[in-house]
Amino acid sequence: MLENLRRLGTYAGVRGLLLFFTVIVAVWLIILIANMGGAMDKIIESQIREQVGAMMQNPDLQQLPEGERKKIYDQHVEVLRIQYGLDRPFIERAFRYLWNGITLNLGYAERIHSDTGSRQVRLILVERLPYTLLLWGTAQFLLFSTSVFIALILSRRYGSFVDRLVVMLAPTSAPPAWFYGIILILIFASLLKVLPYGGFIDPLAPPTFLGRALSVLKHMVLPVSSVIVGGIFATIYSWRTFFLIYSSEDYVELARAKGLSSRSIERRYILRPTLPPIVTSFAMMLIAVWMGGVITETVFSWPGLGRMLYNAIAQNDTPVIVGANVIYGYLLAMSVFVLDILYAALDPRVRIGAVGGQRL
Amino acid sequence: MNLWARLQELRRYPSALVGLAAVGLLILMSVYAVVRYPYSEAIRLWRAGELTWLEYPRNAAPRWFNWFGADLPETISVTHERAKALHAEDLGGGVRRRTLSFSCDFLNGGGFPKELALFYEATFTRTPPQAVLTWRTPDGREIPIGTQVLRGGGRYIISADAALVKRLGGRPPHEALFAHPAEPGKPLRGRYELLVDLFTFEPQSEAQLKLIVYGQVHGWAGTDNLRRDLSIALLWGAPIAMVFGMSAALILTLWYLFISAVATWYGGWVDALVDRLTELRMILPLLPILIMVGMFWSRSLWIMLAVLILYGVIGGSKNYRAMYLQTRSLPYVEAARAYGAGNFRIIVRYLVPRFLPLTIPAFINAIPGYVFLEASLAVLGLGDPVLPTWGKVIQEASGFLYMGSSYYYWILLPAALLFLTGVGFAMVGIALDRIFNPRLRAI
Repeated sequence: MLENLRRLGTYAGVRGLLLFFTVIVAVWLIILIANMGGAMDKIIESQIREQVGAMMQNPDLQQLPEGERKKIYDQHVEVLRIQYGLDRPFIERAFRYLWNGITLNLGYAERIHSDTGSRQVRLILVERLPYTLLLWGTAQFLLFSTSVFIALILSRRYGSFVDRLVVMLAPTSAPPAWFYGIILILIFASLLKVLPYGGFIDPLAPPTFLGRALSVLKHMVLPVSSVIVGGIFATIYSWRTFFLIYSSEDYVELARAKGLSSRSIERRYILRPTLPPIVTSFAMMLIAVWMGGVITETVFSWPGLGRMLYNAIAQNDTPVIVGANVIYGYLLAMSVFVLDILYAALDPRVRIGAVGGQRL
Repeated sequence: MNLWARLQELRRYPSALVGLAAVGLLILMSVYAVVRYPYSEAIRLWRAGELTWLEYPRNAAPRWFNWFGADLPETISVTHERAKALHAEDLGGGVRRRTLSFSCDFLNGGGFPKELALFYEATFTRTPPQAVLTWRTPDGREIPIGTQVLRGGGRYIISADAALVKRLGGRPPHEALFAHPAEPGKPLRGRYELLVDLFTFEPQSEAQLKLIVYGQVHGWAGTDNLRRDLSIALLWGAPIAMVFGMSAALILTLWYLFISAVATWYGGWVDALVDRLTELRMILPLLPILIMVGMFWSRSLWIMLAVLILYGVIGGSKNYRAMYLQTRSLPYVEAARAYGAGNFRIIVRYLVPRFLPLTIPAFINAIPGYVFLEASLAVLGLGDPVLPTWGKVIQEASGFLYMGSSYYYWILLPAALLFLTGVGFAMVGIALDRIFNPRLRAI
């Protein structure tokens, strides 16, 4: 027992370190790609010159002598260059981005700002988070719970009409949520005009809490439905197959032979051993919630993290891109870690000694 | 059981047959597209700009809309050769007058033409020819349109002539000229005539005319807001989606099969490295990377494909790794080692072939994801700048969704084709999964 715990501890420590190192490499790569290895500097520099040049069109400045104007122009360019960090070599800045990102010191955005006017990346991300959590939390939770529930029922009625229907409809989940989103917008917003095209709230919604909540709910119907329509049949199908595989195990047959009620077989012999995979998929779902859907949010103009990330990329705001990806990387690494440990600790079939030792 | 016999089993699954039919249709479409419009020709037509497409209607619906009782007009084009010369006289001093009749049979009661235009091509040295235009309706009314000076080549858009609109009581000419006298909301059916009194003022002066009555339907796919025939984009979308999806899926599936075998066979630091790289890929977000590549570097579809494959080959697959770990100590591998087979031989001849059949469903199931990835990028505005793809058509059309149901054809056709591709491959893939995966076989 103690030996096991010690092994588990070592395994957890080494896994944690390795995953941390992986996150560092991932963030480093993102920084390099987001700046095209430094080539982005030239674009930003020319934008600065254009901006200052436009400022110099001011009639007051036009009257100054040539040398004076040149000096003011150079000063402004220099201030902006320092503000964007262009006075230092790219490699140095890349390491600074990396260090700040890894230490979660997310710093200031270069172009994007929050609704309250702040340029702190942390505030920008925190401000978008509730929107993403609201939309994707609702959608994924509904999708997950209904599909597991229906799958359990179907696995009991294997081969029935509904079961075969679900199997037949599983391929409809090949198109992603945004695809169904466009079709739903076409039907319910454009043709029937009963639901909004997108956005978060109707600006003319009554100022009461109920009025605003109803308006938000109305805006959520289409994006949530598109996620559910886009995923429901394949999810039910895979859970149903999964439960069926587990219910054909020998020990389940034995329990049946013993004459246990089907309810208790389901609870103790099917659900219990399938718990780790269910937990895994739930955790993966939570991560998906965090990142949201860049495209679905863009299609529905939903003011969440996904659309913010798209805007940050469009405006080449490196600190925001790095910040969003750092947090995503950390969360993903953390859940991979927790799952690894959970598996090692809970599932007797994953033998730490053999598998873990080989990995180290 | 051999591979072919297993594939034959697909016949037992009706949905797989439907899926195979869909995939077959797409392959036929691809072949037809490539034969009908060669690559460079398709790009040229799609990027040519409005000048190439002047004689096509703007935002016309597909022709088969009429099967549902719409009775919308098609484009009618009357060339100079088909016009009837009614009269010709020499007025002296090099001035000639000819009267031509451009007649067209307008037989659809479901809608007015979209536009009305007269194209001309005139030759002269100093004084350009002039045309006095009169519109004659089937019931014999004659409506003067005006006089047009034909300077070189160009077109006179009758339906956009502000002075004519005013004279017709504020109604657009392409409606007013075709309206039924008793029911102004409906077109009058019958033979219309554009009478042209063509005056030339020099002996060598000549003019070629062409009347175009733009329809509301065109071809099997309709046209877009730039008058382009959507059938080019819809046809060419098929080979592009197939090549993009299949090559990405094929290369990556085989790579994972191979690299996982290498990693698990050698074990030790090789295995550890590949496993780390796999985790690195899991942490790197694909879509933001592709968006960045599209925004800052290149939107070319082939570059995107290369980046996608580069991203994919970081590391191997956790699933294959788990399977190989069990395989590498099996007796047949031991036997191979005992007779002195080298590492490479064992990997290529003993380990990889064992799981090769399993990659068939994996390959088919991976295709829709990549096809929709291309469409996703296009919908975000990062589609290939020159190639006509389904995603790009959807992106261009989605801006017109709020303008009403007459624009739906534009988005529904590419969406239907994307859906057909995604669902077709998924239908085959799910059935293959059940055939090749022994645990799923029984179920």
